[in-house]
Order: sequence, then structure tokens, then C-alpha cells
Amino acid sequence: MAAALRRIPVHVVLIGVALIWAVPLLGLVVSAFRPSWAVLSSGWWESFALPGDYTLENYQRVLDRDGMALSLFNSLAVVVPATVLTVAIGAAAAYALAGMRFRLRSAVLLTIVALIIVPIQITLVPLLRVFNTLDLTGSFLGIWLVHLGFGLPFAVYLLHNFFAAIPRELFEAAEMDGASRSQVFFSIVLPVARPALAALAIFDFVWTWNDLLVALIFLGGFRDVAPMTVAVSGLVASRGDGWEILTSAAVLSVLVPMAVFVALQRHFVRGLLAGVSKG
Amino acid sequence: MIADRIVLTLAATAVILVGGWAYLRLGDRALAALPRGGYRRLAPWLFAGPAVAMVLLALAFPAVVTVGWSFVDDGGGFAGLANYAQTLSDEVTRIALRNTVLWVVLLPTLAVLVGLAIAVLAERVRYSALVKAALFLPIAISAVAAGVIWSFMYDYQPPGAAQTATLNAVVTALGGEPVAWIVDTATNNYALIGATLWTQAGFAMVIFDAALRSVPGELLEAARLDGASEWAAFRHVTLPFLVPTVVVVATTMTVTALKAFDIVYVMTNGNYGTDVLSTVMYRALFTAKDNGLAGAVATILMLTVVPIMIVNVRQFRRETGAA
Repeated sequence: MAAALRRIPVHVVLIGVALIWAVPLLGLVVSAFRPSWAVLSSGWWESFALPGDYTLENYQRVLDRDGMALSLFNSLAVVVPATVLTVAIGAAAAYALAGMRFRLRSAVLLTIVALIIVPIQITLVPLLRVFNTLDLTGSFLGIWLVHLGFGLPFAVYLLHNFFAAIPRELFEAAEMDGASRSQVFFSIVLPVARPALAALAIFDFVWTWNDLLVALIFLGGFRDVAPMTVAVSGLVASRGDGWEILTSAAVLSVLVPMAVFVALQRHFVRGLLAGVSKG
Repeated sequence: MIADRIVLTLAATAVILVGGWAYLRLGDRALAALPRGGYRRLAPWLFAGPAVAMVLLALAFPAVVTVGWSFVDDGGGFAGLANYAQTLSDEVTRIALRNTVLWVVLLPTLAVLVGLAIAVLAERVRYSALVKAALFLPIAISAVAAGVIWSFMYDYQPPGAAQTATLNAVVTALGGEPVAWIVDTATNNYALIGATLWTQAGFAMVIFDAALRSVPGELLEAARLDGASEWAAFRHVTLPFLVPTVVVVATTMTVTALKAFDIVYVMTNGNYGTDVLSTVMYRALFTAKDNGLAGAVATILMLTVVPIMIVNVRQFRRETGAA
């Protein structure tokens, strides 16, 4: 009994924190399904007492908005190729850095580790200038390249750590048999590294999907290519809409990364831990 | 248009995969025609070259150019430290600097406290999965969506009106006056940091959770058998094991705090004294179109992460030995 009493503070802290973290999400989801008159006149928690007045109309209104539905697909068109590019180019580089000896190897590796935490803000002014000259601003190709450049240091670092742990005999045995570097890469390294590649891909996918700053700067002015984060922040900035519209737009914007994250969270956590536990 | 985007996504992905494969296979074969030594020397660059080129073009060169421009005036002449003097004498930058310090102190501290407390305490109850899930889910939520969620939580109606936002409903139910959390300068920076903590605490918890599994169970058992209280066992056995993890989490959160942009942009756009360095820089770049000024702010931001960068590189050298 005394032991149970002593555990009360533990329960209070845990349940309190869990509520603080869960309630905002619950409020978001509930409000997104309430009609505008209800959102204006009562709190979302009161809707549990008056059941039956939930609606899907908000989503209809958001998706009918100029370019909102398109924004969802813009996000996909930004994020999927950018992620695939980052993983592919990062994996090739990580293999060279972990599996081959060459001059400048450690210089390259240390530069990449140093660049992981560079605030991307420092690069924006010159990059934007060059992009304007090359007419890459507002293009998908342009934003893929920016995300690639910004994502690579972490990608190479994470995969390098993983590749470095693969027993070297695996490569060497294949090379003895006359396999070339690229054969070793495609038939040994990539299959063995599948978990690390999955972890990085998911991490990168969620990270790129949720980016606002890069999209604002390199796609921002062009409505027909704006991804979800830009579209939703535009809705917020215009201040013309009720909470039912803003919340349903926010729900739409988190559906895809949330689904990816929940379905593949074990990989995501592995990527997270591999990325930070050594850095 | 939507069909176009789907086609583009699929086509680009296919081109990247096939192109990448062809590049490495054909490049490899071309290099193999070289004398043996040439292949050894050049093959690594076949693989690492694209990444190195991208990192130099997208990160390293622009960073150097930005630092250079921060010493150049509007007309293109050498400005010395004029841009720095101008930005540092500006009230807006000073507020941003003060706020950035506030972010850097509070976000890592709170993230470590919440993440550690939940990771440690959740092990003792049967509903730990639920508590962890609550902290975990916001990780996948963008700062933009989190900005909407918390603007809605913090929303304010004048006294007397129905408080339809959660926080003020709680405050008024407890008999208090409603607070304009986001406008009131006494609360707004804390409100923004709190919203960011909500998205970040899950990271901290996951990392601590993994680190806790490396604490040897026998040591804890021994301490308990010797009559140590739960707190003493935590303080003297668990905590020393977690110190490196605390450092890792705190550094990661410090960098997050320094780079903070999205939440502030969405929730206040830097109004009401909530600017941080990133929002000041964004406005210098897009509203004032002043490259020198934006460069100076970005350089200040960059300088703040240099110490962390050095620590990271040193630690990496120590761990890999070879590098």
C-alpha cells in the first residue's frame, strides 16, 4: 500500500505529460471535423457532449481551394525524387569512404561531419542568386538539388557508420574473385545495408516533407509548385479562414508523413539512433 | 496537373535509379581499362565524386561567399564591419539575439528534462507504450502543422467571450483571466519554445530510451540490494551512464534552437518581439533585399554553431581512429 502511494507522483508526471502531448493533437483532429459555426461558438471538447454534428465539409472546402489538392502532389514530387537522389548518391559516397583507401579520404569525411550541422541559412543568399541566373527557382529540379546538397552530409555520415561496420572480408572475397567495385556495391553492399538505407530514406522523407524554409525560398513565389507546408503556411498568413479550415489543412498536411512514420517507425528510430548516438 | 505530378515523381525516380546504376557500371568499366594503379586511384572518386561536388556546390562554396558578402556594401565596395555594426545596432537584431539565447537555454534543458524523465519513469508502469506514443507522434509533424496546432491551443478571446481555445478555457475555468499567449511579450517567446518542445521531446525520449538499455541491470540490482533508494540508484548508477547521451541530446537541441525558423514564421512571423536570427535573416533577404545584411546575420548564426562543429569533428576522429 505504502509502495503504491509512493508511486503516485510517477503516475501524475507520466499521465500529465502524456495529456499535454496528446490533447493538442486531439483538439486538431476533432476541430477539423466540426462545422464552422460550432468551432466559432464552442470549444472542441464540448463537441463530445453534442455528438452528431461532425462533418467532412471542411476537407471538401480545403481541397477545392486554389491549388490545395495539387500541393499534396507537389509535396510528393518534391520529396520522393529528392529522397531517392540523396540515398543513392549518399550510398555511393559512403561506400567509397568506408570501403576504399584514397588520398583526401579523411579530409572528405571530416568536412562532411562538420557540415552536418551547418545552418542552411548561410548558403541561401548565393544559392538563390545562382538559381535565379540559371532559371532553377520554382522548378522541381532546382529544389531536388538543394535538398540533395543539404541532405547529403547526414546521409553520408549515417551510411558510412553503417558500411564501416560491415566485415571487410565480404568485399575482399568478392574482389579476389575479380568483381569490380560497382559489382561489389550493387550485389553485396546495398543488399547488406538494406536496413540502413530504409532508415535513411524514411528519415529523409519525413524531414524533406516537413521542410518549410527551403521550399519558401526556392519554390515560394510559384503557387503551382508549392508543397503542402508552403500552402498551409500561406493559409495561416492570410488570416481569412476559421480554425476548422486551418485544422483540416494541417491534418491533410501531416497524413502522409504520419502514415510513413507510424508504418515504418522501427526503421525511423534506427536511423535516428544511428545518426545521433555517435555524433 | 495532378497527373503530371504523379508522372514526374515516378519518371524522376526511375531516371535516378537507372541513371545511377548506369553511371557506376559504365564508369567502372571505363576506369577498368586504365592501368591498375589508375583504377585504384580513380574508382573512389567515381563513387564519392557526385556527393563531394554537390556538398561543395550547395554548402561549402555558398557559405564562403556569404561570409565574404557580409563585408561588402550595397555598391559592391568593401564595407569592413559596417554590415555587422548596422545589424547589431538594430533593435530588431538585438531582440532576435536575446530570443535566440532564450531558445538555446530553454529548449535543450526542457527537452533533456522531459525526455529523460519520461524514458526513466515510463519503464515503471504498465501503460508505458501509451505515454511513449503520445510523445513520439509529434516527431512526424511539420513545424508548420505544429504552428497551426499551437496557435489554436493558444488562441485568445477577450474576457467574457466563450474561450474556444484549450489553454484559455483551462485558465478561465480555474478562475483566471484569459491570456493572449502569442501577443503578450511576457509569454510569447515561451509559448513558441513550448510548441517546439512539443515536436522535439519525442526525439530526446527515444534516444534516452535506447541509452537506458545499456545500463547494466546487475549494477542496479546490486545498488538496490545494498539498500539504495530508487532515487539514489538512479543518481549514482543510471545517471553516470547517461551523461554522454545528455550531451548528445543537448547538442542536437541546441542546433535545433539556433536554426529555429518555421514555428516562428508560422505563429508570429517575428512580430510582438519574437524574432529569432533566422526570421531576421529571411526578412533581410526578401523584404529588404539586402544581401550584405542577410550575410552578416547568417554569419553570426554560423559562428554560434562552430564550437559544436569542432566538438563533433573531434569526437568523430576519436571514434573512427583512422580519420
